[in-house]
Amino acid sequence: MNPIYTSRARNDKIVRFLCLFAAAFGLMWLGLILFTLFWNGLAGLNFSVFTEMTPPPGSKTGGLANAIFGSLIMTVIGVGIGAPIGLFAGTYLAEYGRHEKLSNYVRFINDILLSAPSIVIGLFIYGAVVVPMGGFSGLAGSLALAVIVIPVVVRTTEDMLLLVPNQLREAASALGLPRSHVIRSIAYKAARTGIVTGILLATARVAGETAPLLFTALSNQFWNADLMKSMANLPVTINNFVQSPYEYWRQLAWTGALIITLAVLALNIVARMLDAERKKK
Amino acid sequence: MTDITTQGASEASKPFDRARALAAFKLGDSTFYWLTRVSALIVLFILGGIIVSLVIGAWPAIKTYGFDFLVTRRWAPQLEPTPILGALGPIYGTLVTSFIAMLIAVPVGLGIAIFLTEFCPIRLRRPIGTAIELLAGIPSIIYGMWGFFVLAPFMTDRFMPMVIRTFEGVPVLGTIFAGPPSYLSLFNASLVLAIMILPFITAISRDVFQTVPPMLKESAYGLGCTTWEVVRNVVIPFTRAGVIGGIMLALGRALGETMAVTFIIGNSFQISGSIFAPGTTISAAIASEFAEADGLHMSALILLGLLLFVLTFIVLAAARLMLSRLEAQAGK
Repeated sequence: MNPIYTSRARNDKIVRFLCLFAAAFGLMWLGLILFTLFWNGLAGLNFSVFTEMTPPPGSKTGGLANAIFGSLIMTVIGVGIGAPIGLFAGTYLAEYGRHEKLSNYVRFINDILLSAPSIVIGLFIYGAVVVPMGGFSGLAGSLALAVIVIPVVVRTTEDMLLLVPNQLREAASALGLPRSHVIRSIAYKAARTGIVTGILLATARVAGETAPLLFTALSNQFWNADLMKSMANLPVTINNFVQSPYEYWRQLAWTGALIITLAVLALNIVARMLDAERKKK
Repeated sequence: MTDITTQGASEASKPFDRARALAAFKLGDSTFYWLTRVSALIVLFILGGIIVSLVIGAWPAIKTYGFDFLVTRRWAPQLEPTPILGALGPIYGTLVTSFIAMLIAVPVGLGIAIFLTEFCPIRLRRPIGTAIELLAGIPSIIYGMWGFFVLAPFMTDRFMPMVIRTFEGVPVLGTIFAGPPSYLSLFNASLVLAIMILPFITAISRDVFQTVPPMLKESAYGLGCTTWEVVRNVVIPFTRAGVIGGIMLALGRALGETMAVTFIIGNSFQISGSIFAPGTTISAAIASEFAEADGLHMSALILLGLLLFVLTFIVLAAARLMLSRLEAQAGK
């Protein structure tokens, strides 16, 4: 055969092999992480994890109840504050100010915030909320999470509203509906699944955030529902327990990590299923 | 109860008050408009708030150290009366770990993306792609834990001694790979970082590769190109801006990542030439010293945060410009 053809075929085969190798290599590491997580996490997963408080050093019993509770509270409040602001801001970008200069700035800044290091957001809330309020608090933690939620929701809301065909809006306007009604009862309805998907993804993103909570909510060993005081939460508890010399603490850290991962994966999968349904329509 | 129903009935029988309904609509309309506009402005205020709050927090350190902060190697927060604090160690660690992580993750990530879009059997594409996207969503603290318990011991006991022996006495490489092996090291941190950004790079570049119009690829195949030639001469040139943008997004993430590196980098401010030695990154230094810091020490940590924000801002802004150029191209 022509030597040029053989060398081309050979190069193709080499690259094919390298890509296959890369895929196997990458998936192997990722698979290994999940395997370790399940292997170590399942060993400590039992009912008392959800009912007992985080144990003092050296103790052989205890669970993560207060940490799970604090994480739930802060995530819900964080999303509760961040999602409406993100939704409205995204609405402005897509509906009112689609071609305004202001929107271009907001879009650009939003994209930067979307991938800004979360530790910087933690420092920001530390300076803006924790220092003036005189101490770490669950509220500060929730606000830090809200700041992370906002850009995610702005982005998805805008993208989803832009997918709504303009004829729908025009038809509604022709019937005499005021602009805000067109948006609320027509555009939101048409884009509902996509917007909910975005909020779910944002929730998944903040559910495992650790760095910003280190400087805002801190963590503690008690059951605390007071938002003005420091609040136990899963990620920071894991962070503290991992590096400890106590066997039982490290076991709890793995169990907590498994719980967070399962929650995040579940949120992602639900979001993905909603998204698939939206695309089918 | 009866009261309300009779009232409702009497109101319904009244003639329709057009002016009042219009006024209500108008009020609702402008309220909603301003609600959305203010929310959009909040996004700008957040950025402003981050910058102002960090500058205020960092001001004592800026006043004390000035430009020297960037070039001082020593980090001695306990020193009396004024601690000596320099950011060179964390900056060095941040750049080195991100560089090594990118060196590993970019080729592998692009390889997986090419595999997924060109070589992989159609039936496996979706499951593998979904798995990778799901892995991109796993919290970074999980990667950090795994690095601490599994990867670091393995690398330090098996891999490092071998490399150290191989390069002993070789100029330059002998310094980079100098012993003794340490669980807490720049290299282990880079490796965890690489594994963490791998799904991210793969997911973005796969999405970018999929924007290539099938017609273009089919034409190249029609001319007799092999798959690799199609990738090299059609797919990559067509998506260059997007791929570079995606890589820079991943770099922004690697630079600012905290939890994946904090456990295994050792928090040492020394700069030794070896990547097997402990070090620290900007984010790891902030996370591990924050709890016991106060006064000037705290201010210096916030200044480190400000530096990190400026650094990632530049990288992310460049990435966004690249990606928006690709979007404009796709829109044509």
